[in-house]
Amino acid sequence: MSLILSVVVSGVLTGLVYGLMALGLSVIFGIVRVVNFAHGEFAVMAMYAAFMLFRDFGLDPAAAMLPVAAAFFGIGYLLQSALINPFVGRAEHEQFILLVALGMVIVNGLLIIFGPDARPANLSYALDSYEIGPLLIDKARLLAAAAAVAVAAALFAFFRLTALGTAIRACADNLLGAAVVGLNVKRLYALSFGIGLACVGAAGALMVTIADARPALAQAFTLQAFIIVIVGGLGSMSGALVGGVLIGVSEALAGFFFEPSMKSMFSFALLVLVLVLRPQGLMGSRA
Amino acid sequence: MMALWRDMPARGRALAGLLLVVLLAAPLFADRYLLSVLILIFYFAYVGQAWNLMMGLAGQLSLGHALYVGLGAYVAAMLWVYFGVGPWLGVVPAVAVAALAGSAIAWLGFRFSIEGVYFVLLTIAFAEFTRIAFDHIGAAGGAGGFFIPYQAQRLGEWWNLRGGQRLFYYVGLALAIGGVILTAWLEGSRLGYQWRAVREDQQAARSLGIDILAAKMKAALISSAMTAVGGVFYAFYYDSLFPAQVFGIGRSIELILAPIVGGLGTVFGPLVGAFILTQLGELLTAAVEKLGVDAPGAKALVYGLILMLIIFVRPDGVWPWLARACGLTGRKPGRAT
Repeated sequence: MSLILSVVVSGVLTGLVYGLMALGLSVIFGIVRVVNFAHGEFAVMAMYAAFMLFRDFGLDPAAAMLPVAAAFFGIGYLLQSALINPFVGRAEHEQFILLVALGMVIVNGLLIIFGPDARPANLSYALDSYEIGPLLIDKARLLAAAAAVAVAAALFAFFRLTALGTAIRACADNLLGAAVVGLNVKRLYALSFGIGLACVGAAGALMVTIADARPALAQAFTLQAFIIVIVGGLGSMSGALVGGVLIGVSEALAGFFFEPSMKSMFSFALLVLVLVLRPQGLMGSRA
Repeated sequence: MMALWRDMPARGRALAGLLLVVLLAAPLFADRYLLSVLILIFYFAYVGQAWNLMMGLAGQLSLGHALYVGLGAYVAAMLWVYFGVGPWLGVVPAVAVAALAGSAIAWLGFRFSIEGVYFVLLTIAFAEFTRIAFDHIGAAGGAGGFFIPYQAQRLGEWWNLRGGQRLFYYVGLALAIGGVILTAWLEGSRLGYQWRAVREDQQAARSLGIDILAAKMKAALISSAMTAVGGVFYAFYYDSLFPAQVFGIGRSIELILAPIVGGLGTVFGPLVGAFILTQLGELLTAAVEKLGVDAPGAKALVYGLILMLIIFVRPDGVWPWLARACGLTGRKPGRAT
C-alpha cells in the first residue's frame, strides 16, 4: 500500500513538471490561438540546453532553468514576430504545417548535433530520496516539482497582478476589443509566445532531472502537453497543472500495474473521455 | 467525373492523355529505381486523395489517418498469413474494419461537437491508442513487427497480389487514377456540394436543410474506407508491418503533406503534391549520399525547411498556381482555399 502511495506521489511530482510544460502550451494556445505542434521539440531542446549547462559548467538543472527560460523567451518572441504572426488567423492546417515543419527542423537539428542516444545528466543526487513515514520520495523529483510550482506561481502573479499580464489576457478574451483600446496585439502575441516558450524552457530544464534527453521524446511530449491542456481545460492556467498531475499519476500507476510501455494508452483514453463527457476540460468554463 | 473532362481545356486533356500513356508505358523503359519512386508517388497520391476528401472537401481535419492505413494493412496481412485469404478478398474485411473505426471516431466527434483542434486530438488519440495496443497484441507480432513470409513459388500469383515490382506499379497506378476519378465524381455529386457547404459554413448548410451530421459521417466513412485500401497495398508491397511505423503520428503527418502541398480540396492536388514531395525526398537522399554527410537527420531537416517555405509562399498549394500558370484551368474556375 505504501508502495502504491509512493508511486502516486512520484506521479504527482512528475505531473507538476508536465503541468508546467503544458502551461506553456496553454498560454500560446489560449492567447495566440496558434496550435504549437513543435511544443515537445522545444522541450527537448531545453533538455539538451540544461544538459550542456550541467555538463560543461556544472550548473544544476534547477538553476539552469533560469537562463534556459530567458533564452527561450527570446526565441519565442522572435519566432512569433518573424514567422508566426503572419499565420495568426490563417487556416488551422496551414499553422499546423508550419509548426510541424518547424518541429521537424528542431528535432532533426538536435539529432545531427547530439545523436539519437539518450544523454543522462548523472546528477550527484539523482538516487537520493527522502523517507517520510512510509513514503519514499525522490529528491530530484521533489526539487523539480517545487521549481515547477514556483515558476507557475510567478506566471499566475504576472497574469493577475501586472498591467502587461492583464493586457495579454484582454487579447485572449476579446481580440477586437483589445485592438480597439489601443493594445499592440502583435507585440503582445510575441510576448505571449515568448512566455509560453519560457515555460517550456523551464520545464525542459527541470525534466533533465527526471528523464534522459533524447530527440525521440519530442513527439510524445507534444502530444502529452496537448492532452494535459485539453483534460485540464483550455485557457485555464490551474487546469494545466491539475491536468499535468492527473496525467502524471495515471502514467505512474499504469507503469506500475501494467507495463511502462502502455502508460500513455491511459492518457489517450482519458483524453477521449474528457472530450466526450466534458469538452471544456475539468477546470474550464464553457465558452 | 464527366464534368472534370468536359471542363478541362484542350491543352489539359492533351497533357493528361500524354501523362497517362507515359505512365502506362513506363515499366517498358524505366529502371527499377524509377519504378520504385513512382510506386511511392502513387501510394501517397492515393492515400492523400482519401484524406483530401475529408479535409479538403468536407473540411474535417483528421491527423489519425495512419489508423486506417494500419488497420487495413494488418487485417489483410493477418487474413493472408493465418487463413490464406488473398488480399483481393481480404480487402473487404480490411475496409470494413477501418470504415467501422472511422465511423465510430467520426460519430463520437461530430455527435458531441468536438471540433477543430479538439477533433484533431481525438483522431490522434485513437491512432496512438491503437499503435500502443498493437505493440502488445501477440498474434499481430507485437512491437517486433508482423511479416508476410516470402514464398518463391507464389511469386507471380497476381490474384494473391504476390508478384514483382511491375504488378505493384500497375496496381498503384490504378489506385492513383481511381482516387482522382472518385474525387472528381464526388466533387460534382450532390454529396460533394453538401460537403463544401458544410466546410464553408455549417450553420448556413444546416439552414439549407443539409443533414450536416450525415454529410460529415459519409465523408469520414468514405475517407477511412479508401485509406484502408492503401493500407492493404502497403502491407503486400512491403511485406512487413511495425506498429510504430504504421500507426505512428509521423505516418499520419506524412500522408497529409501531399494534398496540402499540392492543393487542398483540389482533384489533382494530391497527385501533384506526391510528385513534388517524393521527388524532393529522393533528391535529398541522393544529395546527402553524394555529399557524404553522415547525419541521420540532415534529410528531414532540409525537408522541414522546404515545407515551411512552401506553406509560406504557396499556402493554397502548388497545383492551383501551376494550373493557372500553365493555362490548365477550366471554364469552371477551380476552387482554391
